[in-house]
Amino acid sequence: MADQLATSEVGRAAQSRYRPASRVIRRLRRNRLVIAGAVIVGAIAGIGLLAPALPLSAPNIPHFSHRLAPPLSFGYVLGSDQLGRDILSRLMWGTRTSLAVGVSAALLALGLGSALGILAAYYGGRVDNLLMRGIDILMGFPEILLAIAIVAALGPGLAHAMVAVTISNVPFYARGIRGAVLLLRSSEFVESARAAGATGARVILRHLLPNILAPMLVFVSLNIGWMITETAGLSFLGLGAQPPTPDWGTMLADGRGFITIASHVAAAPGLTIFLSVLGFNTLGEGLREVLDPRSR
Amino acid sequence: MGRYITQRTTWVIIVLLGVSAITFALLHLTPGDPAQILLGPIATPQELDHLRRELGLDRPLAIQYAIWLDHVARGDLGRSITLHRPVLGELLLRFRGTLILTAGAIIVAFGPGILLGVLAARRQGRFIDAVSMVVTVGGASIPAFWLGMILIIVFSVRLGWLPGTGMSSPSGPGTAGDVVTHLILPAVTLGMLPLAIVTRVARTGMIEALRGDYVRTARAKGVNELMVTMRHAFRNTLVGIVTVLGLEMGFLLAGAVYVETVFDWPGVGLMLVNSILTRDFPLVQGAVLLLAATYVIINLLTDLLYAYLDPRIRFE
Repeated sequence: MADQLATSEVGRAAQSRYRPASRVIRRLRRNRLVIAGAVIVGAIAGIGLLAPALPLSAPNIPHFSHRLAPPLSFGYVLGSDQLGRDILSRLMWGTRTSLAVGVSAALLALGLGSALGILAAYYGGRVDNLLMRGIDILMGFPEILLAIAIVAALGPGLAHAMVAVTISNVPFYARGIRGAVLLLRSSEFVESARAAGATGARVILRHLLPNILAPMLVFVSLNIGWMITETAGLSFLGLGAQPPTPDWGTMLADGRGFITIASHVAAAPGLTIFLSVLGFNTLGEGLREVLDPRSR
Repeated sequence: MGRYITQRTTWVIIVLLGVSAITFALLHLTPGDPAQILLGPIATPQELDHLRRELGLDRPLAIQYAIWLDHVARGDLGRSITLHRPVLGELLLRFRGTLILTAGAIIVAFGPGILLGVLAARRQGRFIDAVSMVVTVGGASIPAFWLGMILIIVFSVRLGWLPGTGMSSPSGPGTAGDVVTHLILPAVTLGMLPLAIVTRVARTGMIEALRGDYVRTARAKGVNELMVTMRHAFRNTLVGIVTVLGLEMGFLLAGAVYVETVFDWPGVGLMLVNSILTRDFPLVQGAVLLLAATYVIINLLTDLLYAYLDPRIRFE
C-alpha cells in the first residue's frame, strides 16, 4: 500500500512538472467539497438559465382570483403570492437577477480590490501607506452598514445596491490580495524580472498576477455567498431591487407580510438563498483545500 | 501596556475622523440641493437660506466638514425631517434596543458556541461533533432575515411559545422578564452566524491545544481531564475566541438592521431603514455615525482585551 502510494506520488510529481494545470484539475475533481459545492451552485444557476426556456407564466402578472394559493395547487407548483403571481416563475426569473447581481458585485469587488492590493504591495512605501490607511478607514464601518449608507446616499435601486455591495467589500479583497502579493514581491522570479529591466506594469501583469490567481479564486468563492446574501438583504429591506422586479430579497419581503397566513411565500426564496450560499461556501472551502498550500 | 493603549487610541481617533468624513460626504453624494435634502420638501425659502448660512453650504467642502464636525462634537446631529425632533435624542432612545439585541446575540453566540466547540473537540467524530458541523455549516449559510421568519413561524405562530414582534407586550408590564421573552427569537437570529464561527474557532483551537506538549505534561502529572480541558487547553483558545468577538461586532451591530426589521424591534437599525425609505437624511446620517462609532470603539476595547490576554501583542 505504502509502495503503491509512493509510486503514484512519484508519478504525480513527474507529471506535475510538465502539466501542473492538469494536476490541479484532477485534485479539484477528487475533492468532495468542490464537487458538492459545484453541484449545488450548478443546479441553482441551471434554475436561472432555464427560466426563459420553460412554459412559465409571466412573473409579474397578478391574478387576483388566485391570491396566496398553496403549493401544489393547480397551475401553481410552489403556490402564488399575495397578488396571485406564480412563485415558481418569480423564483426562476428572480434567480437570474439575484445571481447576476451577486456574482457581478463579487467580480467587480475582486477587480477593484485586487488592483488596489497589488498597487499597494508592489509599490510599497507611501503608496502602500496611503491606500491601506484609506482601506482601514473604510473598514471602520461595519460592512453591511457601509453598503446601507451608500444606498442611502445614491437612493434605493438594484444598480445602486450592486455598487454599494461592491464598494463595501473592496477593502477585504484589497487587504487579502495585498497580503498575497507581499509574499511574492521579494521572490526570485520577481527580482530577476525587475533586474532584466521589465517595467512595473509588465512585472505585475506577467509575473505577479498569474501567481495570485489561485488565492484570488479562493477569496472570491468564499466571499461570493456572503455578497449574494448582502444583495438579497438590501432588497429585503426595500433598498435594492424594487417591485415588481422578481428577486430573492423582494420575494422574501413580500412573504414577510403574510407569514402568519401563508408561510410558503417566503419559504421558496429563503431556501434558495440558503442553498446558493451553502453551495458557494462549500465550493470555496474545497477550492481552499486544493489551492491554498497553507491549508494542505 | 500604557504605550500600546496610547497608540491604539490615537489610531482610533484618526479612524473616527475618517468615518465622520465619509458620513458627512454621504450628503454630497446624494443628488440634489443639500439644504433641501436636510430640511425636506416642505421647507420655506427662508428656512433653506438660514440653513445654508448656518452650515456654510456656499463655502469650500473642508470648511463645511469642519462646521458639521463642530456641531456633531456638541451633540447637534440636526433635526429629523419626519419626527420634527433633534436626531441625537431620538437615536439614543432607540440605541438601548440595539444594545440589548446585540448583547443577547453575543450571549447566544458565545455561550453555546464555546460549549459546543469544546465538546466537539473532546469527542471528535462522535454525535456532538456532527451537531457542531451542522451548526458551523448551516449557521454560516442561512441569511438572518430568513432565519428570523422561520423562527417566527415555528415558535410564535405555530407553537405560540414566544412573542415574534416588538421589544415588550403593548399591554404588558414592560418588566425585564417581558423584554427577555421578546429578546429570545431576535437574539438567536442575530447570534446564529457568530455562533457558527465561534463553534468552529473553539473546536479548531481546542483540537490544536489538546495536542500541545503542555497538555501531555499536565496529564502525565495526573491532572484530571476536566482541569486539563478547562485550565490548560481552553485558556489557550481564548485569544482566538476574543478575536472572533472583535471581527463579528460589525456583523452584530449592522446585521441588527435585518433582525430589527424582521421582528419590528425598536432599535437604531429599524430607524435607519425607515429613515432611508422616508428620505429623512439627518436621521440617516446620525444613525450611520452612531453605529460606526460604536463599532470602532468596541473594536478598540476588544483589541485592548486581546493585548491583555496575549502579552506578545503588547510588546510587538
